Amino acid sequence: MGVDNGAEVVLRLDRITKRFGPLTANDAISFDLNRGEVIGLLGENGAGKTTLMNILFGHYTADEGGVEVFGAPLPPGNPRAALAAGVGMVHQHFTLADNLTVLENILLGTGSLLSARLNARAARARVRDLSRDFGLAVHPDAKVGTLSVGERQRVEILKALYRDARILILDEPTAVLTPQETTALFETLRKAVARGLSVIFISHKLGEVMAITSRVLVLRHGRLVGEVETAATDRHRLAAMMVGAEVTAPKLAERVAGPALLTLAGVSTPDRGNATGLKSVDLVLRAGQITGLAGVSGNGQAALAALIGGLEEPVAGTMELGNHRAAQWSPRAALGAGIARIPEDRHKTGVIADFTLAENAVLECYARAPYSNRGWMDWRAADGLARKIINTYDVRCPGPHARIRLLSGGNMQKLILGRALDPGPEVILANQPVRGLDIGAVNFVHSQLIAARDGGAAVLLISEDLDEIMALSDVIHVIYEGQVSPEFPRQSKTPAELGVWMAGQGFQGGEHAA
Amino acid sequence: MRLEPIANPSALRLFGLPTAALALTVVIASLLALLAGADPLATLGLILKGAAGSKFAILETLNRATPLIFTGLAVAVAFRARLWNIGAEAQLYAGAVVTVILGTGALGALPSILTILIIALAAMLAGALVLLGPVLLKTRAGVDEVVTTLLFNFIMLLFISYLLEGPMKDPTGMGWPKSASLDKAARLPRIVEGLRLHWGFALALIAAGLVWVLQTRTTLGFEIRAVGQNIEAARFAGMPVDRVLVKTALLSGGLAALAGFSEVAGLKGNLTLDLSPGFGYTGIIVAMLALLNPLGVVVTAIFVAGVFVGADSMSRAAGVPTYIADILLATSLLTMVLALRLTRARLRRR
Repeated sequence: MGVDNGAEVVLRLDRITKRFGPLTANDAISFDLNRGEVIGLLGENGAGKTTLMNILFGHYTADEGGVEVFGAPLPPGNPRAALAAGVGMVHQHFTLADNLTVLENILLGTGSLLSARLNARAARARVRDLSRDFGLAVHPDAKVGTLSVGERQRVEILKALYRDARILILDEPTAVLTPQETTALFETLRKAVARGLSVIFISHKLGEVMAITSRVLVLRHGRLVGEVETAATDRHRLAAMMVGAEVTAPKLAERVAGPALLTLAGVSTPDRGNATGLKSVDLVLRAGQITGLAGVSGNGQAALAALIGGLEEPVAGTMELGNHRAAQWSPRAALGAGIARIPEDRHKTGVIADFTLAENAVLECYARAPYSNRGWMDWRAADGLARKIINTYDVRCPGPHARIRLLSGGNMQKLILGRALDPGPEVILANQPVRGLDIGAVNFVHSQLIAARDGGAAVLLISEDLDEIMALSDVIHVIYEGQVSPEFPRQSKTPAELGVWMAGQGFQGGEHAA
Repeated sequence: MRLEPIANPSALRLFGLPTAALALTVVIASLLALLAGADPLATLGLILKGAAGSKFAILETLNRATPLIFTGLAVAVAFRARLWNIGAEAQLYAGAVVTVILGTGALGALPSILTILIIALAAMLAGALVLLGPVLLKTRAGVDEVVTTLLFNFIMLLFISYLLEGPMKDPTGMGWPKSASLDKAARLPRIVEGLRLHWGFALALIAAGLVWVLQTRTTLGFEIRAVGQNIEAARFAGMPVDRVLVKTALLSGGLAALAGFSEVAGLKGNLTLDLSPGFGYTGIIVAMLALLNPLGVVVTAIFVAGVFVGADSMSRAAGVPTYIADILLATSLLTMVLALRLTRARLRRR
């Protein structure tokens, strides 16, 4: 029992070591978490953050060392025990059932389904209270499959709170959030901390770690390389600690835009369930220009990406590619028209996890010569393409015949990027191209997009990260409920001004129509 | 308990675990023999002898393996694309019916080889058409093919029953529900004169080789595997997903129909309601044991056939009931699937 509330240790990790074959993912890591504090766990992808938290939560068993929660040792490898001890975890990849409602997801696993139904009224009231107290707005009866990523995260947090979690572990929580959602999440965390909860905030985003934590632990290659008070450090020192070297982000040089390569005029697409369609969108993508599309998640970005990527046909309006009107809507037609796509979800739509790098490299071009001749695959040609991408885009992997699931997110994305850029596309659709990547990979992807733009491609960068949009775009649009704002030249708007548009003000048809 | 994936399984794991699975199957079979009051070792010996102890036994096993290779391939091809074709039984009978219709004089006096070729192709077409309905229902209307293909099995069996009691009933059959016998020209000859093994077996081996080539070397094979592994990524990459599923179904149905063709034209000579003792369903076991690998299907089909043939022969000699064969197969499937899973993952206690 702590004498002083601020120093009561709620969680103690003692020399945790975990090895995967020759790799030591965690090397004798020890630290304490106090009641009512947020600590940051900072590190690049592969530094061992997620492994450490999986051990803490019982998904893995540590080879050495132990975990104490509220002074009592936690039995290893038992998520139920971790839950019962008050440890709640929000994973990077959510663990929700899409076909159930928010309330059902929260209740799932808390008791028998029957009793959950009987107590539905009480449960609903409790969820409503938690929503209110912690600022987690989400409709309890909405199907999870229809929610935005930000909303799903709120459900995950509600789930943990509903189970009386006293220690919240958030694994890369902001990787999927907009600035506004991040602000809201931080608000939630502050409320939680004020109520005596403790939070471990796992991230590689320095600004956010600086903003929300009181103490930062830095992991590198499985080792704890630093533990500092947040107030006593700064971004540059943390970055250097995390990467082990100085890092510089790529810069956008001035460039005069060329002719329009893709023009949308009055395009509308149907709503899909809760996914917003496009509403009479006008948009021009020009050669040698990066067009940034800012907006809160779920405002029609998916519909726009599906339209340009060939997966969705417009119900009104026209799309012109160069000088001719697009008439066919299929991914293959889009590819044939010189549109390259970097999908939003690389695991789900970008790659086939159990296929090799070579098979994934030819996924979009396999039907063409030289990869396919009269119905026969030429695997040597596929290997050749894979090798070329591996070399040009610095994909770290055992070779073209390795299964792509073994690669880190960054290397997987480099292969997707290489696959998209290799044919020399005219238009590049980059949908959240750096989501969840570490600094090195982010800079690499960004510099490649800039290089493609400098080479005369028209790039559409869709991102929920306003910093990314502002750093990388020649012109910026904001998307809100399927409508796309006028074009704003680079640096003509402050983040706050764009934030106003992202909240819907200034759009036609709203109360705030100009 | 939880499974932790292993990146590079050791040789001991890769070969030891399946061996252990077989051993466990043998132990369970021995216990069953004990239960039936027979000497377990002698029983197993009899099974082995009955399956592979003589030239006759081996040929019998290979004959029995033939339809299983075809249905195993049919299932393997479909499952590879995550098209759950449970209806190989119906497609088999479709092939058998066409074989009888065309093989009892409908083609006139063509050379035997041509007759057989036409019948085989027509049988494949019939099997393919049987699966076309379910796959179109799946791609157009989202109807679960597990249900439709399974139900087709019963529809087909009742339809065959009607045919054999009615229009296709052999007038010289003394009232038995069986069809007329195939013309000589329509029969599959034996591979070697004097040995009881017909060309259906060779055809099955060729089919397995072709399916393997299709899956690993052709564009369609690449599409089939991609659709099976991640249909969303395949669609995003521009693959014609629905068309791939339809082609897969046609191929799968055609392969299953060849089982019916080869049983009628190679072995039975006519169509009865007990032409297939569940070859279509056993094909699922064959394909799963082979991990959907078409060349593996040949091996597992021969293994499964050996268990059946061996158990039949043992049962006659030792008086142990033949359903020991079913139990043997069921246990071997369970233990083998578990063992094969464990070659790629490690069980961690909690």
